Amino acid sequence: MDLNIAAQLNSFLAAFVLLTAFGMLVQRRMYGLVHLFAWQGLFLSINTAIVGFEAGKHHLYISSLLTLTLKVILLPYILHVLIRRLKLHKEVEVVVNIPLTMLMGIALVIFSYYLMAPVSRLSTLVTRSTLAVALATVMIGLLMMITRRHAVTQIIGFLAMENGLFFAATSATYGMPLVVELGVALDILIAAFIFGIFFFHISTAFDSLDVEQMARLKEEE
Amino acid sequence: MITGPIGIIFYSILLLFLPVLLAPLLKNNQRVLINASFLTASAASLLGIVAGVWTVGGAFTNRIILAAGLPDLPFHLRLDPLAGFFITVICLMSFFISVYSLGYIKGYLGRRPVTSLVIFYNLFLAGMMMVVLADDALFFLISWEVMAAASYFLVMFEDERIENRRAAFLYMIMAHIGAIAILLSFGVMAGLTAGLGGFNGYTFDAMRQAQFPIGWATTAFLLAFFGFAAKAGVVPLHVWLPEAHPVAPSNVSALMSGVMLKTAIYGIVRVTFDLLGTFPWWWGAIVLIFGLISAVMGVLYALMQHDLKRLLAYHSVENIGIILIGIGLSMIFTSFNFPMLASLALIAGLYHTMNHAVFKGLLFMGAGAVLHATNERNMEEMGGLIHRMPWTAALFLIGCVSISALPPFNGFVSEWLTFQAFLLSPALTSPLLKLLIPLGAALLALTGALAAACFVKAFGVTFLGHWRGHRMPHVHEADWFMRSGMILAAFTCLVLGVLPTFFIDWMNIIPEQLLGTKMGAGSGAFGWLWLAPVARERASYSGTIVFLGILVVVVAAYIILHVKPGAIQRVPIWDCGFGKLNERMQYNSTAFAMPIRRIFGFLFHIRERVKLTPAGAYPAVPKRLHYYLRIRDRFWGWLYRPVVEFSFWMSRRVGRLQQGRIQAYLIYSFITIIVLLVFSK
Repeated sequence: MDLNIAAQLNSFLAAFVLLTAFGMLVQRRMYGLVHLFAWQGLFLSINTAIVGFEAGKHHLYISSLLTLTLKVILLPYILHVLIRRLKLHKEVEVVVNIPLTMLMGIALVIFSYYLMAPVSRLSTLVTRSTLAVALATVMIGLLMMITRRHAVTQIIGFLAMENGLFFAATSATYGMPLVVELGVALDILIAAFIFGIFFFHISTAFDSLDVEQMARLKEEE
Repeated sequence: MITGPIGIIFYSILLLFLPVLLAPLLKNNQRVLINASFLTASAASLLGIVAGVWTVGGAFTNRIILAAGLPDLPFHLRLDPLAGFFITVICLMSFFISVYSLGYIKGYLGRRPVTSLVIFYNLFLAGMMMVVLADDALFFLISWEVMAAASYFLVMFEDERIENRRAAFLYMIMAHIGAIAILLSFGVMAGLTAGLGGFNGYTFDAMRQAQFPIGWATTAFLLAFFGFAAKAGVVPLHVWLPEAHPVAPSNVSALMSGVMLKTAIYGIVRVTFDLLGTFPWWWGAIVLIFGLISAVMGVLYALMQHDLKRLLAYHSVENIGIILIGIGLSMIFTSFNFPMLASLALIAGLYHTMNHAVFKGLLFMGAGAVLHATNERNMEEMGGLIHRMPWTAALFLIGCVSISALPPFNGFVSEWLTFQAFLLSPALTSPLLKLLIPLGAALLALTGALAAACFVKAFGVTFLGHWRGHRMPHVHEADWFMRSGMILAAFTCLVLGVLPTFFIDWMNIIPEQLLGTKMGAGSGAFGWLWLAPVARERASYSGTIVFLGILVVVVAAYIILHVKPGAIQRVPIWDCGFGKLNERMQYNSTAFAMPIRRIFGFLFHIRERVKLTPAGAYPAVPKRLHYYLRIRDRFWGWLYRPVVEFSFWMSRRVGRLQQGRIQAYLIYSFITIIVLLVFSK
């Protein structure tokens, strides 16, 4: 494969990752969110494979495979089960309205590009231009955690952040060492399990998964 | 093997740690625990007395370096005459009080376990001795904190009462504010000594050698004075003292009031005269002014109290003031280059330090004996105890006479020396000081008079008259351990008062080392008999002759009264024909202090109310009368309330950060990340 084509493919997929990130920011339905998350994982996985092929780093194939099984199949499946069990079909409540969130997301993307300009200039990698996208994905994930009320959406935001970090790792340094990636993947999996179990217990105990309820935990004045 | 006086003290400190280690093992046998630990403490204190007296007498300066502490920062210990003098004071009192505790603490048997008391009592003693021995800032602060923490737990000992917990908390706060100031002061000195790059400046030796620029020296002095003043209970930093001292067990109150406050005096003397060395005259003026304020305010507050131990605690404020007057005068004379006068004033301050330790310890032990016997601290409910507790009453009276500065006891000697220092001040050239110092002498005289009034009240209301409470409890005399502790202290009061020249000769080495000149103690043929601080013609005092004179008068009076039978008759009190005198009609402490409260009332926050409940239709014939009196410290409202309110206000503001909403917390991290990204670029 031509270097140029690889770089273009890489940018193309980066655009899709960013697009899905924005999609998640906009999406009001719970299932839609999970699907978008799965799509983001898929783009990430393909991107990793292409980078691996391009750079000749074969361990990236393994991370690509890991991403595929974990983030495209297993985690969405767990979330699906969670949503079905907890009967969370209704619309997602947001703290800030959607258009404003979008504007904030755009501002974050611009900010990321501004921030990453000097780094991209120094780097010699093919993937350097996608670094800003990766940072923007992380920030948008955090923004999503801030603007959503429901606990499950916060988890999805958290996982999206992790996607962004992974993307940053592949684009900045052609991926982390395999051991680290395995560790991170396992962490994510376990985190998802723990979240699932906790939510199940919280919702049976409090009849709600609205994090607003937690405001009652603070000290009385 | 460490030898010499410092070795003795080193091993006596190790000996004090023995009960600390053994206490958990012996906790099931409390009686054995009390005996073992207080006997050990007495033995350790005796060793300390020997070493201290030896050091000062022989003018030794020993030092050792312990390979303990942080890597590359070993602990330096040094024993010079100044340290030896304070070791003597500490160990003298801890010996008396440990003997006393053998009896006093047994009062807790069967009521509550005393294991923690034993542990912290010994740690407290060890901490005080370590403070005095320390020769570097690190070890000094560690010892200082050991002392503060141990005494905190001792104040906390009877922690089921909210009053004790509040007092201990206040004490802890004040102790730490003071410790921070001391730490900063040492930091300034160490930083100037060896630069901020290394730690070599942390030893006192390095600080002694260094020359400090005047601005930084002043900063270090002011910080140190603030920190030590907070510990010593100088007005206006005294608020913790009348709260914490009364609620601690009485043997601990005696130690805290008699000895612990003196470590702060030690700190002031050590930092100003030894570490900083040279200073402008106005440092001395600051010390003098705070000393005067403490002396007058302390005694006035004491007069308003009706809790016996609280009254004694306020008197500690007063006496710390008197000690500071001596030290302040000494600083002023030093900076105007009058070394003779400076050494006189320093001796006066240090001698009063020792005297106050002894008589205040004695008075607290007496108050403890009363508390032990009656379970009562409020003087309004006491009276007539002289009949039930003759020993305690007599010994307490000796303490009262000593603290009121009456001959032939020790308080007189040191206050007289302070007056001599005051009266020599016309030698000074500064007109401001010429104005200030006679005023100070007048205030000191006022203090002495008020202190005497206060102890007439304390002794009279507690021991004379009739029992004022509803029902006289079963009062018993103190046991022999407690009595021996008090007898030893009372005897020391007498000896220090009758033979002051010996002690002054003994401690004369301290001004010689710090200031370069001795005080001329005795002169003439009977040098030891007459104490003449400057010249024989000017002023001299002989404790021995005064004592013999008093003895002769007393014996003569006794003989005259007892030689003829019938010279003494016991008759009922003349009741003006009213016929129904009862114990409620006695003068009580509030009534006794009333004239003074009227005169100095503007210094306090007083609320006084009288409520009459008329009997039915006859308003002129009241059925019941309520008298309500509340006296509060004005400093609390002026100085402390604003600070407290400000910190609460700040806490509420900061508390708003705790939203309880997870989104808010996420926003905090989000904003932090963005800010960091922007600024790290």
